[in-house]
This record gives sequence, structure tokens and C-alpha cells, in this order.
Amino acid sequence: MKAFTYERPGDVATALALVAEIPGARFLAGGTNLVDLMKLRIEQPTHLVDVSRLPLAEIEDTPEGGLRLGAMTTNSQVAADARVRARYPALAQAILSGASGQLRNKATTAGNLLQRTRCPYFYDTSKPCNKRAPGAGCAAIGGISSNTAIFGASDACIATHPSDMAVALTALDAKVETQSGAGEARVLALEGFHRLPGDTPHVETELRPAEMITAVVLPPPPPGGQIYRKARERASYAFAIGSVAVAGGRVALGAVAHKPWRAEAAELALEQGASPAEAMDAELRAARPDGHNDYKLKLMARLGAACLTTTGAGDGQ
Amino acid sequence: MSSVKDWAAPTPISENRGGLIGKGVDRYEGRLKVTGSAPFAYEVEAPSPPAYGVLIASPIAKGTVTLADISEARVAPGVLLVWTPHNVPAQGERGAKINPRSQRGSNPALAERIEHFGQHVGFVVADTLENAKAAAALVRFDYAAEPADLIFEDNLDAADQPEGEEDVRVGDFEAAFAGAPVRLDETYVSPLQNHAQMEPCATTAWWDGDNVTVHTSIQMVKGGQHTLAETLMIPSTQVRLVTRYIGGGFGGKGQAYDDLTLAALAARELGQPVKVAYTRQQMFQATIHRPAVHMRVRLGAQADGRLDAFALEAVTHCRRETPFTEHAANFARSLYAAPNRLTGHRLVKLDIPAAGPMRAPGEASGMLSLECAMDELAEQLGLDPIELRLRNEPETDPETGKPFSTRQLVRCMTEGAQRFGWDRRHPKPGQVRDGRWLVGLGMAAAIRGNFLLPAKAGVRIDADGTITLRQGMTDIGTGTYTILAQITAETLGVPLAQVKVELGDSDFPPAPGSGGQFGAATAGSAAFAAGMNLRTALAELATGDPNSPLYGDDPELVTFGGGHIAVDNRAEPLDRLVARAAPDGIYVEGSITPAADARDYSQHTYGAHFAEVGVDPDTGEVRLRRMFGVFAAGRILNAKTAMSQITGGMIWGVGTALHEYNAVDPRYGSFIAQDLAGYHVPAHADIADLSAMFLDEVDDKANPMGIKGVGELGIAGAGAAIANAVYNACGARIRQYPLTPEKVLAALP
Repeated sequence: MKAFTYERPGDVATALALVAEIPGARFLAGGTNLVDLMKLRIEQPTHLVDVSRLPLAEIEDTPEGGLRLGAMTTNSQVAADARVRARYPALAQAILSGASGQLRNKATTAGNLLQRTRCPYFYDTSKPCNKRAPGAGCAAIGGISSNTAIFGASDACIATHPSDMAVALTALDAKVETQSGAGEARVLALEGFHRLPGDTPHVETELRPAEMITAVVLPPPPPGGQIYRKARERASYAFAIGSVAVAGGRVALGAVAHKPWRAEAAELALEQGASPAEAMDAELRAARPDGHNDYKLKLMARLGAACLTTTGAGDGQ
Repeated sequence: MSSVKDWAAPTPISENRGGLIGKGVDRYEGRLKVTGSAPFAYEVEAPSPPAYGVLIASPIAKGTVTLADISEARVAPGVLLVWTPHNVPAQGERGAKINPRSQRGSNPALAERIEHFGQHVGFVVADTLENAKAAAALVRFDYAAEPADLIFEDNLDAADQPEGEEDVRVGDFEAAFAGAPVRLDETYVSPLQNHAQMEPCATTAWWDGDNVTVHTSIQMVKGGQHTLAETLMIPSTQVRLVTRYIGGGFGGKGQAYDDLTLAALAARELGQPVKVAYTRQQMFQATIHRPAVHMRVRLGAQADGRLDAFALEAVTHCRRETPFTEHAANFARSLYAAPNRLTGHRLVKLDIPAAGPMRAPGEASGMLSLECAMDELAEQLGLDPIELRLRNEPETDPETGKPFSTRQLVRCMTEGAQRFGWDRRHPKPGQVRDGRWLVGLGMAAAIRGNFLLPAKAGVRIDADGTITLRQGMTDIGTGTYTILAQITAETLGVPLAQVKVELGDSDFPPAPGSGGQFGAATAGSAAFAAGMNLRTALAELATGDPNSPLYGDDPELVTFGGGHIAVDNRAEPLDRLVARAAPDGIYVEGSITPAADARDYSQHTYGAHFAEVGVDPDTGEVRLRRMFGVFAAGRILNAKTAMSQITGGMIWGVGTALHEYNAVDPRYGSFIAQDLAGYHVPAHADIADLSAMFLDEVDDKANPMGIKGVGELGIAGAGAAIANAVYNACGARIRQYPLTPEKVLAALP
């Protein structure tokens, strides 16, 4: 770990100002990912601005009939909220399928969106990685990891986004509310919040420097069923090797790309009367497996079709 | 030398008048551990403020360190010392005296020559751990890398017969196999596994003049002491090695690593205590691992299922400079009858970290092959898998013809089948559904050798009646403290609370340590012998003391119980006797050696595993639904700790079948999984309903107490029962472990 300083401001404006002013400063929320990465020297902030106790931990109803999840709501809090469980069961299922109870108690809504990939070559600092050192190259390409992207990978990076929650939020068409040092507030669709790697895989989201997520807003739940299912190598405390979220007619896939992957081709096929299996085939036609992750085609085809069958997505079109 | 016949006589253990033998008493050190007050090696308080050492690892697999620039690190804040291959102090050659086969592992520390990825090339000591870690990042190395052989599967053709290990042949396997009406010829692959102990390797070291004291996490006290003495080029008498609590060993801490060497060297250099611990990543890359094994099984049977021909040939790998054979075929030499037999091993040498023993070495890998092959053969024959095994149950050891000391394998299988509900297994795979899950049942036999090694123990009684057992034995989380307290208390007829146990110190009478499931029998038998010697001393003391009510009695007639020493109805409390007649206390030692005729018997522990799994046809995920095991392992000393050992082994078997493996990157020689997020052992949610039972058994050929080891038996065969259940559930026969969703999905229609 590299030496750093720490402070805990009392309000959002001060926190934004500090991170804007101090080179190398970072927001610290639950710390479940950032601190681990600091220990490995993958993250090397000079200064931590602890935002975990800012008054951003409420879950509020919106006038439109949705929910606003404060940035500092914990994963446990959101998953246990009666409104979330009743109206957004896919979100509760997704959160509860991730990490462990202890981690979910600490991890926050905003932090969950900003967690970094679990690519083993990202974690092994003896290997080149364009996320850690832009331009260094990608050791995962030609390596032996099988939990890599089948959609949207580039010559610079084949990592996947590890979040379960973000996959459900994508299917639920959530929005991300932010503020930045100048006092500017923005609203970003979660679907466009994370980026594909391209040739800048170290730039993972559309957040600007010193911009902070203040809330995630869920629109009213869509008509139709919801589900989140996750395939993994053990029953608990493992990252997905593939996951599927369905909310009404919207479908998102996890562990297949550098971002939660909205399955637009599958959605379109469903609208046009395709069966669940046909819809997944339509989506997976664009997949580009690399020889190590080919199993994901069969996995996503079956898991996706099973989820769409369960929710009845596409029925009655 | 003693004979096993001497061991059949009644003893305080077999009579068990106090009822402590077999009782599920709580762990002796349990309260200390759950309250966080048991000091592990890194946490031991040093006599003066310590410095902190950090190790730097090689990013290449093979080659030479050509440059080590410490100029920046040397002047970084708080830095006390920076060592590289070019300035590390001289170290004595080790291994010749201790165990040339495995102790070579980490000698010397910080060698210029790189033999595997992750080998340590630098060492920084600073006033704080943080400063040491920061400075470690400032040391610059250059390497001359060389081509390396890294991948087992790519080098199978280079497999050689291990030195001194001939194949074992009985009859004419080839002819019998060729002529058998029913044949099976399949190859199974078991995975490379890392020990992944919770507690990393760690040492706290300090010097007092010419003498060094090291608190370290090691399974073998004497081995560690001698190894360090050789490295430091000082007599062993100047090295005190202490290992009170160990957060998991599993065979991976049988030897000394760089933390021990460098903490001791640096503490001497600095004149200050030094602490060194491995990081989680270093635990994967710079200790030992269980090697992968390719196992070809050939079975030739008559139509009624009787085996005519049996062969198990295992190919495994080790580090080029550190020969080690995973004896995956040995167990099969004693398991099933077949007149024509072939077993043997081949070894591939690679430039990766050293292979070495891990819990149930041999059996844990080997039984994954044969116990599935028997399942496959049973299906070919149209027989129930248990029935096939019953038809091949030998009357004597099938290879040597020696009598079994005890063998309750048949009862383990039949009792287990009844209790588990084996009759509900559908003989045809893929027939049972529960919701989306395909459900199947599987079973496998278990066998694991039983061993007794030489050991000593010391026991003293003080004037207050406290009895203290001291032994250079270790407790790696298995319950050794607890069972030694039970044995000592029962032998001397005192309540458990009157007994103290002190372990893990090279100043104490030596025991071989924890490994090979020989610990309880070996250390326990020595403790029992010491206790018996103390009984003799106390009997002589009482019968010779005019103030004792036992004065003048025949010492042979003295009995012990309830904290009293007695003859007929004359008795007095032990503390009163000792306070009066031996106020300085009495100390005696006892020892155990294997009986001269112990090898006249085929001696093993046995069991049978039963598993029910669900397979998700959408994802290929396998989930254990329930598992049950029946075991026969001699007299059980502690129902609770023995059950923990057995079920812990079964859980490892579940992990071996479904989750746990590592793989080597073909370009770098590094393991793909280097932390516990990436290296999957079963989580609680993976182990639904898992239980076990022990059959009543006393093995009077094993040792004076009739006990056997239970630490490794539980893992033997467990994974095969899971794999057989997966086949029964969905019809996918996967012969390459573990059965990950990726492999299961590929095998599903």
C-alpha cells in the first residue's frame, strides 16, 4: 500500500471540492473494492475523501412512482427494502446473489457501479494490463482466463464488469444522478454509464473527474415479470460466469462484456414474436468468443431462454 | 521392540472408567481462538519492538537475476535493510540431514537462480509494515529469462519413472486384461490444488546472544528447528522453534519457507526482533501445491463382476529441482481383489513451484479415478455399484496377502446405503427431476493408510495436583490439544480441568508433528505412555510413603480414578500425595515406537461416501443436496473433533469434485488464481446437509490405544461420490475434475 491521507467532510459540496482540488484524491464509500486494490497497489490514491457518512443513504419514492436509491445506501439495505422487494424483485435477487452478507453490509449503491473488473490479469501486477498502465498491453489476451467478454471486447481489453446489481439496474432502465465540483448536476442512463473498452479500457464510465454519483433512480416498474439469475462456480461468494436480468420486455446480460450488456437484439426479436430461445440466438449472433470462453454461448442461450420463459417476456406479442 | 500383541491388553484407555475417551468435549484452546486471544506466530509479542519484513517475488519462471538496484529502496522512509541475491547473508546448505526430498524447497532464500514464478528475489525490512511495503516497490530488478517447461499436459511425453519407484505387478495384468470379457479403459484427471490455509506462513524471530527464538507456523517442530539451524550454520541447540497455534496446515506447512529463514537472518543482522508474513498471493506462488494427476484405469472383469485384471497408472508433476511423487496409485494396492494387478507412477518435471503433500496425498487424487471407474464398470455389468464392490471384497490384502488389522469397508457401505436411502437411486441416469434440477445419487468407497511413528512426551504432576503434558507436537486446528488432554486425564484418572497441555516447542520431548493422519495415534500413544509411567511413579511414591494409606501395598494393585490413587477402599487425592511426598512435583517421559511386527498387517482406515446432487440443465451448475459418510477408523478419541475432521475432509472432497483447482499460465508460469476470491473452495451455501458416522472399532494392531487417524480419511473418495452422483443425475460422465459448470454444460445434451 502506498501512503495516503484521509479526511471525512460533512457535506457533499466540500467532498466534491476536495476531490476536485487535490491531485490523486478519490472518493471512499464502502471501501470493499478500493481498499483491496490499494493493498495490491493497483489503486494508488494520494488522498481519500470518505463520503460514506454523507446524507445520501435514503431510499425515497419518486413522484413518478419509482424509487430513488441514495448513493450511500448499502447493498443490504436496498435488497431488504420492502418496496424494492415488491416492485423490483430482479434488483433484490441480483444484489443478494453477489458478494457475502458482510460485504453487502458495507458496499454501497454507487460503489457497486464503480467496482472494477475481477480479471485475474488486472489483479496480478506482474503482468501487463491496459487498465492499470494504459498502453502496457493486455495479458488476458492469449491467457487462460475463461471469464472474459464475448461482446464488445477490444484488442486492448477483454475484461468483464463484475456487478450483479448493475445488470438488474440496466434491465430496469435505471438512471444515475451525479454532481460535480462546479455544482453541476447530471442524469445519465445506466445503460450508457459504463463504457466498452475500446483503446481506453482504463476509462470505465462516463463520470468526469471529481464527479460523484449521488443517487440511482428507478423508473416505475415495467409491466411484466422480473427475474435475475446468475451462474457461478460455487453456490455463494463467487462472481458470475454469466447472468441474466429480465424486467418486462427489457433484457440485460452480465459477465459477458466490459459493461452490463443490454440485449437489444433479443428484446427486438421478442417484440417480433420470437420464442425465448430464438431471441437469445438473435442476441448471441453478435457474440465473439475467443476460444477460452466459448461455453458462454451455450450458457447464455440456455440461461437467457430459461429466464425469458419464466417471466413470460414476449408472450402475447 | 514391542509386538502388536502387547497392545491388546486392557488399559485405562480401553477401560475408559472416567468416560473421557470418545466424549465430544469442547476444544481445549477453543475459547482462546474464538475470542481472538490465541497468539498466532505473527501476533506473538516480541521482547522488544519488532521490525517488519516484506518479500519481493520474481515475475519470471526461469532464469537469473542480473541486476538488483536497491539504491532507492535503501533510503526510503523507515527502511532498515534491503536484501537481494547479491547481498543476502550466506546460508548453510540444508536438506541432507532432514528430508532431502522436500526440504530443498526454499533453500537458499533469495537465490540468484530463478526456478519458478513467484520465487522470492528481494526482502525489505522497515520500522513499519507500510514502510516496508512501500520500499519493496522501489527495488529494481533485471532478469535474464530462459525458456521454461510450464504446462503438465504439454509435457506428458517427458514423464519418467521416479527414482527408486518400480511399478508393482502381481500376476500378468496384460494377458488377463486382454482376455477379460468386460473391460474398462479410461483416463481421469485430478486438478492442481493449493492449500489456501487461512493463516499465511509467518514468523516472529529474535536473538538473545547466540540463541535464536522463532515463533513460526509449521507442522513439524523438529524439522523446522534443524532446517533453520543448518541455514544459520549454528547447532540446533541454539534454535528454539515455537509453534503454539497454526491456522491450517494441510501438509503445506510441513517445511520451512523464506519467512522463517529471512526473519531469523534479519533479526540477527539488526539486533532487533523481525516479523515476516507471506501475502495471500505469495501463499499461492511460493509454497507447495498438490499436483495434477493423469490416471489411467484399466479394469477387466468376468460377467459376474469379479475383477481379473486391475491397473492404475498415474502420471503427475513436480518442480524440476524438487522430486516429489503424488502416490495416486498406492491406495489401490489394498482396495479390491484381482489376481492380476499393475500400479505405478510417472513424473513430469516442470519449472513451476514445488509439488508436495496435501491432505491425504495419494488418496485424495487417486480415488477420484478408480472410484468412478468402478461406477462405470458397474453400469457396464448391470450391477449396483455397491454390489460390484462387494463381489471384489478381498479376504486378505490383495497385493501382499497379509491379514487386515481391521477392515469394515463392507459394513461402511451397507450401513451407509441403508441410512442414506441408496435404494432410491434410479439405476438409469437422468430420470429424476426436482423443479428444474436433475437429481442423482452416487457413492464411493474410502481407504487411507494408518501410520505410527516414533514419538516422546513428558508429563509432570505438581503439588497442587495439576498435570501438565508437554510435547513438541503441533495442533494445526485438528484438536490435538484436546485429545491429548483427554488421554492424559483418562490415563491418570483425573478430571479434564486438572490437565494442562503445552505443545509446539522444540524444547519439549519431540513428536513428528501433524501430517499423514498419524498425529493422534503417534502423539497420543506417546502421551499415553508418559501417563502410564507417571502412574507407575505415583504408585511407587504412595506405596513407599509411610504417611500414605497405600503404604506397603503392591504398586501393581494401585488404581487411579476421580483424582484419587487407591488400593481397594484405601485412597487419597493425588494432590495431597504429591504435596506431601514429592512437593517439587514429579516429571516423567514416555515414548512410542512402531511394533516390530506392525508391518505384518495391512492397516488402513475405511469408509463409504453417499451423495445426492442437483444439476441445473440451464447452466451446468452442480449443487450438493446431501451427503453422508460412514467410517471405520479405530477407537474414536473425541466424537466432536473427530467428526469435524471427517466432515471437513468430505467438504474438501466436495470442493475437489466441483470447485477447487488452479491452472498455470503457459506464458508466465504463474497460477491464474492467486487469492481466495478467485480460488474457489466450498462456501457454506455449497454444503447443505452433510453428516457422517463412525462404526464402533478398536484396532489393537495399530497402537496401544487402538485408535487410528481420521484427518485424511474423509477426503478420500468423497469427490468420486459426487462425480458419480452427477452422472446419475444427468448422464454426463466427466473425467476431468473439477466438474465446473463449463464442463458439465459442454457434456449436457
